[in-house]
Amino acid sequence: MDAMIATFLIQDGVTSGAIYALLGLALVLVFSVTRVIFIPQGEFVAYGALTLALLDSAKVPATISLLVFFGAIAFVLDLWSMRRGTDGRTFLRSVGLNLVLPGAIYGLTTVLAPLDLPSFVKALLTIMIIAPMGLYIYRIAYRPLADASVLVLLICSVGVHLAMMGLGLVFFGAEGLRAQPLSNANYTMGMLMVPAQSLWIYGATIGIMIALYVFFERTLLGKALRATAVNRLGARLVGVRTQLTGVTAFMLAATIGAVSGVLIGPITTIYYDTGFLIGLKGFVAAIIGGLASFPITAIAAIAVGLIEAFASFFASSYKEVIVFGLIIPVLVWLSLNNAFHEEE
Amino acid sequence: MTGNLLELSDLHVSYGRAEVLHGISLSMKPGSIVTVIGANGAGKSTLLNSIMGIVPSKGTILYNGASVPRSVEERVASGLCLVPEKRELFATMSVEDNIELGGFLRSTSERAETREDVYTRFPRLAERRKQLAGTLSGGERQMLALARALMSRPRLLLLDEPSLGLAPKIVIDILNIVSELRKTGVSILLVEQNARAALEIADEGYLVELGEVKLSGPASELATNPALMESYLGTHA
Repeated sequence: MDAMIATFLIQDGVTSGAIYALLGLALVLVFSVTRVIFIPQGEFVAYGALTLALLDSAKVPATISLLVFFGAIAFVLDLWSMRRGTDGRTFLRSVGLNLVLPGAIYGLTTVLAPLDLPSFVKALLTIMIIAPMGLYIYRIAYRPLADASVLVLLICSVGVHLAMMGLGLVFFGAEGLRAQPLSNANYTMGMLMVPAQSLWIYGATIGIMIALYVFFERTLLGKALRATAVNRLGARLVGVRTQLTGVTAFMLAATIGAVSGVLIGPITTIYYDTGFLIGLKGFVAAIIGGLASFPITAIAAIAVGLIEAFASFFASSYKEVIVFGLIIPVLVWLSLNNAFHEEE
Repeated sequence: MTGNLLELSDLHVSYGRAEVLHGISLSMKPGSIVTVIGANGAGKSTLLNSIMGIVPSKGTILYNGASVPRSVEERVASGLCLVPEKRELFATMSVEDNIELGGFLRSTSERAETREDVYTRFPRLAERRKQLAGTLSGGERQMLALARALMSRPRLLLLDEPSLGLAPKIVIDILNIVSELRKTGVSILLVEQNARAALEIADEGYLVELGEVKLSGPASELATNPALMESYLGTHA
């Protein structure tokens, strides 16, 4: 291996590592706030990438029907919980959130999709279609289980993952798609050629990290999310509703998933079930971060990307084994460390 | 309509099959301090938790002449606030953030106003704004718990054993702060094991034993009640 190959592998590793970092952060966010291990995170990536690819070929993406479908189920559930009486405001809010919002996105997309839009607008439209799904998934699957144990929530996550993957197959079909990059330009830095898409990936990753930092450190809602993660009872006692923090966490996770999908769609072919594997690599990083630390997760994600890149060069058939095998020494180390804490 | 701020009648609470409160009735006037005393396991904390809505209860809880709202969050919004026995602070967040979050349901201007009042009341916390809540001493934590509660601009403060685990001198400080608070118009339902100190600052007292009210009356009368003196205050009182 010469320096040329090494730089290529590093570049490749950092690029995928940045995507894993985004997903890892979303997983840490959702887990610390809601105690949900969010396996379906990867599905948002696949949905995002496939939606963008369909928009690229000027087709109306099937995800908008899915969005309306999710919204309708959420509305029915809201109606059911309102059956013993409600006030006008709650009802109107439910109509607005679950019927009007997806309807509006549906309408907007059917109008815009056939037009030849700039790729940035298509990317934004994609994020707008996918992000509200986080809201509905929370309402449909997790809100009724708010007080359940971590294990029950995990089982629920597996169910949601399987359901979303199945729906992905129904709505997108079994064929893989590849989206257009946000920009086709390439830049050369010394002997390194950097495609503009990679720069978008780095920029978006750093941008989202900064935005999350500002959100958690500077806004009251962000602090409420942290407070919920630190002490659930304490948060309730100051009037922070579990539903509010739950919805916010899932919306953020779905948005991050959609952004990741938009970013990764143009650099690899995405199938309806690709998201799971990508999400799992974010999960490896999140585990290394103890499902609690954002900075460690981000660094670990880059490491996962690099190891994956080098593993695919030296032992490509063992690539996944090596990446997922990482989790075992980390778990051993974390559990040893915990035992030490208990002795203190 | 009785003009009472809080009125509990026939309150029952069960954990699983075991009933821990067997029909408690209690009332308190606006602006008063009422103390609930009794031994460990008498159900005092459970009583406060059920008023706050953390544990489900049977019976009626009238707050301000109407049925108390259903969820904990709505109860906080309506002016109820619990300072639990374990404080439940946000240990890995700064003192400042803990205080800020206390006013989560209030408007930005209300928060700014109350924050100023809270820092004047607790200068020690103002000094330690940037420190993490988990690094405070026991007394400071209790102050922070009180400060956080005040940020919600409560009408009725439910205090669960504010003196627990604190040095005697700090207990006096804390109880002084509690009786100061009453002057601002806050009513206080105080659960205490330190019966003597609690009766000193309270207007009314209730003695709870094994989930039932055994005695109730003006605090000054209870403080001289022979039966109570013997079991809770020590005979030499």
